[in-house]
Amino acid sequence: MLSFILKRLAVAIPTLLVLIVLSFVLMHAAPGGPFTRERAIPPEVLANLNARYGLDEPLWKQIGTYLWNIVAHFDFGPSFVYPSRTVNDVIAQGFPITLTYGAISFLVAVIVGCSLGVAAAIKQNSWLDYLAVGVSIGAQVLPNFVMAPILVLVFTLWLGWLPGGGWNDGQWEYLVMPVVALSTSFMASIARITRSSMLEVLAQNHIRTARAKGLPTRRILLRHALKPAMLPVISYLGPAFVTMITGSVVIDLFFSTGGIGLFFVNAALSRDYSVMMGITILIGGLTILFNLVVDILYAWIDPRIRY
Amino acid sequence: MLVEQQKMESLAGRLVEEEVKGRSPWADARRRFVRNKAAMFGLVILVFVGAFALFGPYIAAWSIDELDFMVLGQVAELGGPSIETGHYFGTDDLGRDLFARVVQGTQISLMVGLVGAAIAVIVGTLWGAIAGYVGGATDNVMMRTVDILMAIPYMFVLILLLVMFGRSIAMLFFGIGLLSWLDMSRIVRGQTLSLKNMEYIEAARATGVSGFRIILRHIVPNLLGIVAVYATLLVPLMILTESFISFLGLGVQEPLTSWGALISEGAGTMQYGTLWQLLFPLFFFVITLFGFFFVGDGLRDALDPKDR
Repeated sequence: MLSFILKRLAVAIPTLLVLIVLSFVLMHAAPGGPFTRERAIPPEVLANLNARYGLDEPLWKQIGTYLWNIVAHFDFGPSFVYPSRTVNDVIAQGFPITLTYGAISFLVAVIVGCSLGVAAAIKQNSWLDYLAVGVSIGAQVLPNFVMAPILVLVFTLWLGWLPGGGWNDGQWEYLVMPVVALSTSFMASIARITRSSMLEVLAQNHIRTARAKGLPTRRILLRHALKPAMLPVISYLGPAFVTMITGSVVIDLFFSTGGIGLFFVNAALSRDYSVMMGITILIGGLTILFNLVVDILYAWIDPRIRY
Repeated sequence: MLVEQQKMESLAGRLVEEEVKGRSPWADARRRFVRNKAAMFGLVILVFVGAFALFGPYIAAWSIDELDFMVLGQVAELGGPSIETGHYFGTDDLGRDLFARVVQGTQISLMVGLVGAAIAVIVGTLWGAIAGYVGGATDNVMMRTVDILMAIPYMFVLILLLVMFGRSIAMLFFGIGLLSWLDMSRIVRGQTLSLKNMEYIEAARATGVSGFRIILRHIVPNLLGIVAVYATLLVPLMILTESFISFLGLGVQEPLTSWGALISEGAGTMQYGTLWQLLFPLFFFVITLFGFFFVGDGLRDALDPKDR
């Protein structure tokens, strides 16, 4: 197991380095510097700015410094647009919020999706099954940026039950719509995957044997069917995590929750490269870490899997 | 005796009848596709949306950037959908004709979807086919590259690219295509590995056909089925990506528009009672995605009949 984890780490760390170097090189390849504005900046000021941010040094040295600061001090440097703020400030302010509703959405999607999928598979061709299949087809075309306006329209403008945006320290009224908007399409995908893999597992010989020796249905499902049926779901969790974190950008923008996505979009609009790069690298690092966890989980559940 | 005679006659008649025509796998697939109601329904939707994008400009009574000063300032009261004013879908918040804008949004979104998918298909197929066919160290390096790129949060990098190199449609095409061929190359590589050891490939190699030519003439045509299915499922994903970015206001720029931008505008103004601004773009967005998913699923079932 340890050698397996080490092997995965040996792939994960270069990936992260590639991401950091790639985004840094891209920034330098881009036409116009980070300080190119509509009104031209006097050359002396520009030289001063470049010196302040260390942009006048050779490229390899800049990359080295940037890399070292991230790896050794977890320091993404100052913002290019607001000199008094560092990228770390932005992350510290926005990330806890994103993490809160992101984690809740993830749990909701996994728990509801799995339950719905298992229930649909057990009662195949019942109304519950049709409901689950219908929901999962429908939710394919309802991504978060479609769900969010519809939810606000129904629950804020028509019914007046929930506030249309804001965070308010994560009070539950402010959490409901972001969580629903973010989790719906994943819940549907997880339900669909769980249903089809559960159906496959239930048709296998070891389930028939368990039935034949008279085990109660409940025990068959929990002990013998659930574990193998979860494997495809687990391998879906990695991509789901990425898409979900991407979706949080829409949630932050639409519901003004103040998470990291809002800062990313604002940075994109004001060409604040260092903030954008910092957030991209952070998300990339998280993605790689999460995929590592999923791989380990996968290998732990299915002992046949050894890379 | 008489009965026997009849039997013989009918048998003779049957023998004279034209022989049943052999069916190619493609004809078989077409037959299965046509029988699939959901897929045909999806196809009808796509034809409708395509016609809307093609002929919409001739039906629109207003141009895209014309302001209707009659409704300006009172969009909620006067800007609703109506035949008399020529605003079939109403106007947007600035008094521009929403019908014309939805037509343009449809054109651009479909184009991004098709071009993005086309780039992904070409790059992904070649990459996967070369990696699979050549094998060895080349394969290892190429597929490790794909693994590494896969782990990158692609929407964030795409936005980074768009911001750094200018938010133009060309960049959007390029960026979306650049980052979406990874899955394709994996699928194609897997398929190539199994094609590689077929006798006809061996025959081609024995007659001295060059490696690149074998890939183009013998491997790629045999990948066509799986590529077609995947491409159909890729188009809605491309449309989703573009709409996502445009929804954030980082994609297509004014005066051009796309579904994502229109949905975002409509969502921003819905509290003023101008619901049509959200619902018309949303409608076209949703039915198109449905159409592509249905057709893609239908193609997959038609070309890969596991339970025939």
